Amino acid sequence: MPAETENPRVVEMRGITIRFPGVLALDAVDFSLRRGEVHALMGENGAGKSTLIKALTGVYRIDQGTIGVAGEERVFGSAADAQAAGISTVYQEINLCPNLSVGENVMLGHEPRSVRGIDWRATHREATRHLAALGVHLDVHSQLSSHSIAVQQLVAISRAMVLDARVLILDEPTSSLDREEVERLFTVIRGLRDQGVAILFVSHFLDQVYEIADRITVLRNGQLVGEYAAEALSRGDLVSKMIGRELNELEAISARSERPIDRTATPVLRASGIGRKGVLEAADIDVHEGEVVGVAGLLGSGRTELVRLLYGADRADTGTIEVHGEPTRMSSPRHAMERRIAFSSENRRAEGIIADLTVAENIVLGIQARRGWLHRIGRAEQESVVGDYIRALDVRPADPNRIVGDLSGGNQQKVLLARWLATAPELIILDEPTRGIDVGAKADIQRKVAELAEKGLSVIFISSELEEVLRLAQRVVVMRDRRQIGELDSSKVDVDGVIDYMATEGSVA
Amino acid sequence: MNKVVRHRLFWPAFALVSLIVINTIARPRFIEITLRDGELYGALIDILRNSAPLMLVSLGMTLVIATRGIDLSVGAVMAVSGAVALTIIDGSSHPRAVSTVVVAIAAGVGVALLLGVWNGFLVAVLKIQPIIATLVLMLAGRGVALLITDGFITTVTSPPYKYVASGYLIWLPFAFFISVAAVAAIGLVERRTALGMLTEAVGINPEASRLAGVRSTGIILSAYVVSGTLAGIAGIIYSSNIMAADANAAGELIELYAILAVVLGGTSLMGGKFSIAGTVIGVLIIQTLQSTILFLGVSSAESPVFFAIVVVIVVLIQSPRLHHLAGLLTRKRPARPTPELRTEAEVAP
Repeated sequence: MPAETENPRVVEMRGITIRFPGVLALDAVDFSLRRGEVHALMGENGAGKSTLIKALTGVYRIDQGTIGVAGEERVFGSAADAQAAGISTVYQEINLCPNLSVGENVMLGHEPRSVRGIDWRATHREATRHLAALGVHLDVHSQLSSHSIAVQQLVAISRAMVLDARVLILDEPTSSLDREEVERLFTVIRGLRDQGVAILFVSHFLDQVYEIADRITVLRNGQLVGEYAAEALSRGDLVSKMIGRELNELEAISARSERPIDRTATPVLRASGIGRKGVLEAADIDVHEGEVVGVAGLLGSGRTELVRLLYGADRADTGTIEVHGEPTRMSSPRHAMERRIAFSSENRRAEGIIADLTVAENIVLGIQARRGWLHRIGRAEQESVVGDYIRALDVRPADPNRIVGDLSGGNQQKVLLARWLATAPELIILDEPTRGIDVGAKADIQRKVAELAEKGLSVIFISSELEEVLRLAQRVVVMRDRRQIGELDSSKVDVDGVIDYMATEGSVA
Repeated sequence: MNKVVRHRLFWPAFALVSLIVINTIARPRFIEITLRDGELYGALIDILRNSAPLMLVSLGMTLVIATRGIDLSVGAVMAVSGAVALTIIDGSSHPRAVSTVVVAIAAGVGVALLLGVWNGFLVAVLKIQPIIATLVLMLAGRGVALLITDGFITTVTSPPYKYVASGYLIWLPFAFFISVAAVAAIGLVERRTALGMLTEAVGINPEASRLAGVRSTGIILSAYVVSGTLAGIAGIIYSSNIMAADANAAGELIELYAILAVVLGGTSLMGGKFSIAGTVIGVLIIQTLQSTILFLGVSSAESPVFFAIVVVIVVLIQSPRLHHLAGLLTRKRPARPTPELRTEAEVAP
């Protein structure tokens, strides 16, 4: 392994303490990063991972402690300072200019110049070269927003490499990538590591962490739990160190979802031949009362497209939808809501939270929208609804007046779930509700879904993590290449079975 | 004290009070208010009365800006509503009758409301960028006003109409009561109903709001309708003040002053969170400044430059960045040393 203790420390953080109003976000945390290692920073949401990264990159000012970079005491005033010192960050949510071209994004601020100003031809040539180093071959003149999130993420990583980083921070870089893309990224990460770049890697995918990391640091509640060599720390130990308790809950959830569903009754929702030109081939799906139907498929397989048609977020141009046996046209989200259908988008920041509003306002938004602007929810009602959901879903911090944008991803997801549950839906569509959030919050959300389904709520559940889909769902609809390839009984297959099915089934036809 | 300084209206209010104090020091008569025949007079009263048109327009602009939009047509709408009202009075056989004036005002404001619907339709339904959509009416509106008045500056003699801008009601100018009523109405509708919160939601994240079931089309449209209507009332006040429908001068550049007032009041041009109280203070700052120019006898050639300089100062006073820098220079904070101090102190040994 390249990361031996002898490797010099590139980053040395000592006793880092950061206080936010009312919270001790980091409590005397030590962290160091060595040359030529991949170091995974692990912890639940709100454990302080992002805060530590932001302290290192100069986004937050530290209250106590010291940061040494290459043996020199440093305090960065801004992310640009940190970047100049060779510390580049690729954030969880893509931080690029969607309306510029791919090439412009990759080279932004580092465009080759000639006497006549920016040499665009050279800029795009350079961009092509940098992308090719990642194994990505794109038309660098195309607009960034025309590409999938997965590709945009690769562009972001490529951009960080343009900056010639000595330290590369990857905050959830793989959350939107499929297996192949992850492999490609890991090849590049290994290449960089061998060149001596120190890589700080944050991911919620344990498999990936064990695949790529040499060393693991665990944080919990703003405190350092410890630093370990990856091969010396078992998965079970890692998880219990992260959450501070044993995790048998997931098995309990799994047992809960193994119950018979009455499929003779009229389904809550039945869609037949629903599709949209160029987006999704005609698909059929039905959901019964109290049933969890999983949708499995890779990113871009059509799973999100399907549920957006069901909710009326996009309009279907073929097929019919029946709610409780009554034919309905889903022409807008409003329409779906009136039929007691809720939809939580996979794109939490762009299509979910209203970042500048408070937790309370975000939670009541759904009910308020249903009631119309004239019937404002009274203060007392708001307090009780919001209080109930904050408690039931364990939103942290449990402060209804916090601005939602300041919460961690997992807590934002809980706020969204609260918004939808507050509207008392009969069917809730959850698109990647557990993406990019920590183990504890993932378990919380799955437990809640299982609990609600038991009480009669119908659920359509999408997740890239097939274990979750199989754990919660009674049936799994499998998608590939923008069409439905089949449906599986989740008690009869395991993860490998679903993967096989996804890869091979229907490819002959 | 610290809590007061942190309040988001502290710096706008501070700027306003400073302007009044400076004026008073320059000419103590500035804050004098005298009572004559049951009517109050003085520079401050003038500010309250003269600010009415800008107040109305800025209130509407606040709502439009909160939805991520902008309404450039307000000045032109003022011209149209004044032209409609005065043309009706001019053509009437009883220009001095209260009933004529009421009909004229209703017609003027009604037309303005329809123009607001037009703007809202372009933006909310046809999804045209607000700046372009309202630019159409900004350019065409004054032409429409000229068509209505046949290309002339229509003047009338009608005491009831004159009362709108120049009359008094229990000691204070009637126009001031219009301002207060508008502020109260908007404040109540936005904060007592859920309209304010939904408007902010749409302004902050339109797509998330749509998926949450918010009827954003209606909310955005309503903001433009309110803006148009209030601009219409402002146009009535303006034309009542000069008793003429001047299609070119009515509400000239008022869209820019209104945007300035909204921004001075702390509402971001990016949309989202808005502050009615902030806008009120912003309007008063601008109006006080214009009175200052008159009061100090700044020549008309110099006044735009003077105005600009003071606006820059006011904007700088409010800049969080500048507060931060000022804090670094003046305050000593042992618990949280500045980066410069820290490096010196801890690298030295």
